[in-house]
Amino acid sequence: MNTFVCVKRVPDTSEAEVKVDATEKDVDSSKFSFDINDADNYAVEEAVQIKEAQGGTVQVLCCGPQDADMMIRMALAKGGDSAMRIDDPRINFSDPLQVAKVLAAAIKEQEYDLVLTGCWADDDGFMAVGVALAEELGIPHAAMVKKVEVEDGKVKAHRELEGGISEVVEITLPAVLTIQTGINEPRYAPIRGIRQAQKKELKVLKLDDLGISEEEVSEDSSLIELKRFYIPEVESKAEIIEGEPEEKAEKLAEKMVKGGLI
Amino acid sequence: MSNIFVLVEHRQGELRDITLEMLTKASQLAEKTGGETVALLLGNGVDSHAEKLTGYSDKVLYMDDPLFEDYNSEKYQKALVAFFKEQKPYLVMMGHTAQGVDLAPALAVELKMPFVTDVIDLEYVDDKLQPLRQYYGGKVNAEFSFKGEPPYLVTFREATLEVPEPFKSGKVEKIDSPLKEDIDYRKFLEYIEAEVGDVDITQSEILVAVGRGVKEEKNMAMIEELASAIKADICASRAATDAGWLPHDRQVGTSGKTVKPKLYIAIGISGAFQHLAGMKGAKTIIAINKDPEAPIFAEADYAIIDDLFKVVPKLTEKLQELRG
Ligand SMILES: Cc1cc2nc3c(=O)[nH]c(=O)nc-3n(C[C@H](O)[C@H](O)[C@H](O)COP(=O)(O)OP(=O)(O)OC[C@H]3O[C@@H](n4cnc5c(N)ncnc54)[C@H](O)[C@@H]3O)c2cc1C
Ligand SMILES: Nc1ncnc2c1ncn2[C@@H]1O[C@H](COP(=O)(O)O)[C@@H](O)[C@H]1O
Repeated sequence: MNTFVCVKRVPDTSEAEVKVDATEKDVDSSKFSFDINDADNYAVEEAVQIKEAQGGTVQVLCCGPQDADMMIRMALAKGGDSAMRIDDPRINFSDPLQVAKVLAAAIKEQEYDLVLTGCWADDDGFMAVGVALAEELGIPHAAMVKKVEVEDGKVKAHRELEGGISEVVEITLPAVLTIQTGINEPRYAPIRGIRQAQKKELKVLKLDDLGISEEEVSEDSSLIELKRFYIPEVESKAEIIEGEPEEKAEKLAEKMVKGGLI
Repeated sequence: MSNIFVLVEHRQGELRDITLEMLTKASQLAEKTGGETVALLLGNGVDSHAEKLTGYSDKVLYMDDPLFEDYNSEKYQKALVAFFKEQKPYLVMMGHTAQGVDLAPALAVELKMPFVTDVIDLEYVDDKLQPLRQYYGGKVNAEFSFKGEPPYLVTFREATLEVPEPFKSGKVEKIDSPLKEDIDYRKFLEYIEAEVGDVDITQSEILVAVGRGVKEEKNMAMIEELASAIKADICASRAATDAGWLPHDRQVGTSGKTVKPKLYIAIGISGAFQHLAGMKGAKTIIAINKDPEAPIFAEADYAIIDDLFKVVPKLTEKLQELRG
C-alpha cells in the first residue's frame, strides 16, 4: 500500500484572541501557535498503521509556506517515508477546490493506492478539499471515516453519520478517505524517529514544477470570492459572574442552590 | 433560471430536519429571486416523503428507483450531473452534513459550479447571493460572493434555523431516474447503530460537560467530585471523547447526542457549532471558560470567565457546604 497523506499547518485559536488584519481577508496570526491540523494528525497515524500492517510507503503532502516544514518533519518522524511541499504564493487558499487542484497535480503522476486527508481543517473548516481531490484524481472516495479496513484492493470505510450512527461502504482502490478525529490514538514521535526524519527527503515544488498554471489556482480564476472577514457580535444574555476566581465560584454555587437550579 | 433546488436528505425511512430548514431558507430567497423552490428527492419507495414535502416546497421532484435505496455519493453524483445538465437552477442547496460533505465537493468539481461550504446564512442583495460562513471555530465571520454563472452550490449548516410547520402546498412530480445501472466501485454495506453505554445522557436532568480545557484524564477526578456533589451525570465535547477521557456515548453534539437537561455546566468547552447543536436546548446553561471570546458564552445563562482549575474545586466545596 502506497499512501499519500495530506497535512495542513493551522493555528490553535481555541484560547487565542482573533483579530482581523488590515486586508480584512486574513487575521493577525503573529501571536498564534501553530501545529498540524487535528484531523490530519489522525490521518498520519492511520497511514502509518496501514503501512505497519501491510507494508508499502507513506508520503506526506502539504501545500503551504516553509513554516510548515517542522510539522512535516514530525509526520516523517512518526513513520512517513518522504514528503512534498508545494510552496507558491499564488495559490488561493480561500477556495478549497483550488487547493484540491494543487494537491491533485502533485499526486496524479505518482503511484499510489490510497490518499488520506483530514475531514476538516480547524482554520477554514471547508470540509471540502479531500472529496474535491478525489474528483480531480478521478477516483472514488468516502468522507468522514472513523474506521478503515483494507483488503484485496478494496477498503471498507466506516463513515460517521449524525447522532453516533455510522455506515459502512466498500470502495475500490485507489481511493481518497477523509479521516475523522478519534479514529485511532496518534503516537508521539519517537526521539530516534525525529533524528531520522532530518535525513528523509522533503521536496519543495512550485506550481510550474507540477505543470499547472497560476491562472488555474489563483484568486482571479476562482468561482468564489472571499469579500471580507469580520468578528461576529456575540449576543450573550449571560449573567457574567465577577470577582476573584474563588469568589466567582462561591457566587455561582449560591445562585445554583438559591435559584433552584439543582 | 431563478429556481432554488434543495437536495432532500433522508435516512432509514426518516426525512431529516436539515431538509425542512433549507426549504425555509430557499423559500425566503425564492421570493426575492422570483423563482420557485424545488425539493429534489432521490430514493426508493419514498412516496410518503414526497407527499410530506409538498407542505414545504413549490415543487417536489422525485426519482424513485431501487438503485437509490441507500445514499451513495457516486450514484447521487451521476444522477445529479445528468439532471442539472437539463434543469438549470439558480441555486442548489445541500446540507452541510455527513451526506452533503461527501457529495457536494465532487459535484462542484465535475460541473464547475461556484461552491461555498458550511454556509450559515444566505442573503440576496442587489441581485446577488451573499453566502456567509465562519472561520476559526466560529470566531470570525466571512462574507463570500459567487463569480461565474449559476447554478451556484452551497452546503448549509444544520440547526441554524427552526424546523418549520408546513407552510406551502406544492405539486409533486415523479421523474425518471437517469441512472441506468448499478455501480461497483462504491457500495453501501450496512448501518452500525450508536453505542449504548451505562448512562443515557439524553435522560439526565443535570449534566456536567467537559472539554479539552480539562487538559488531562487525571483531572477528571475533580470533575467527578463536582458531579457527585450535585448528582449530575458527566458528558463531554468531542475533543474529550476523542482523547479517551469518556466513552463515545457520552459525547454531546451533531455526531453525538442531543441533550435537553434542566442544567448543563460546560467546563473548558469552546462551543463549536457541532457541540452547541447538541446542547442549546438545555434549560439553563453555565459556562466556565478562560477565553472571553469562546462561542459557548453566546448560549450561556451564567458565565464564569476564568481558569477552571481555580474555579471548579471551590465551586464543589461551596456546593457541598450549602447542601450540607
Ligand atoms: C463532522 C464533525 C462533527 C463534530 N461533532 C462534534 C460533536 O458532536 N460534539 C462536539 O463537541 N464536537 C464535535 N466536533 C468537533 C468540534 O468542531 C470541536 O472541535 C470540539 O467541539 C472542540 O471541543 P472542545 O470545546 O472541548 O475543545 P476546544 O475547542 O479546544 O476548546 C477548549 C476550551 O477550553 C478552554 N480552556 C482551556 N484551558 C482552560 C482553563 N484552564 N480554564 C478554563 N478554560 C480553559 C479554552 O479557552 C477553549 O475554549 C465535530 C467536528 C466535525 C468536523
Ligand atoms: N494546504 C493544504 N495542504 C495539505 N493538505 C490540505 C491543505 N488544505 C487542506 N488540506 C487537507 O484537506 C483536509 C480538509 O480541509 P478543508 O477542506 O479545508 O476543511 C485537511 O484536513 C487536510 O488533510
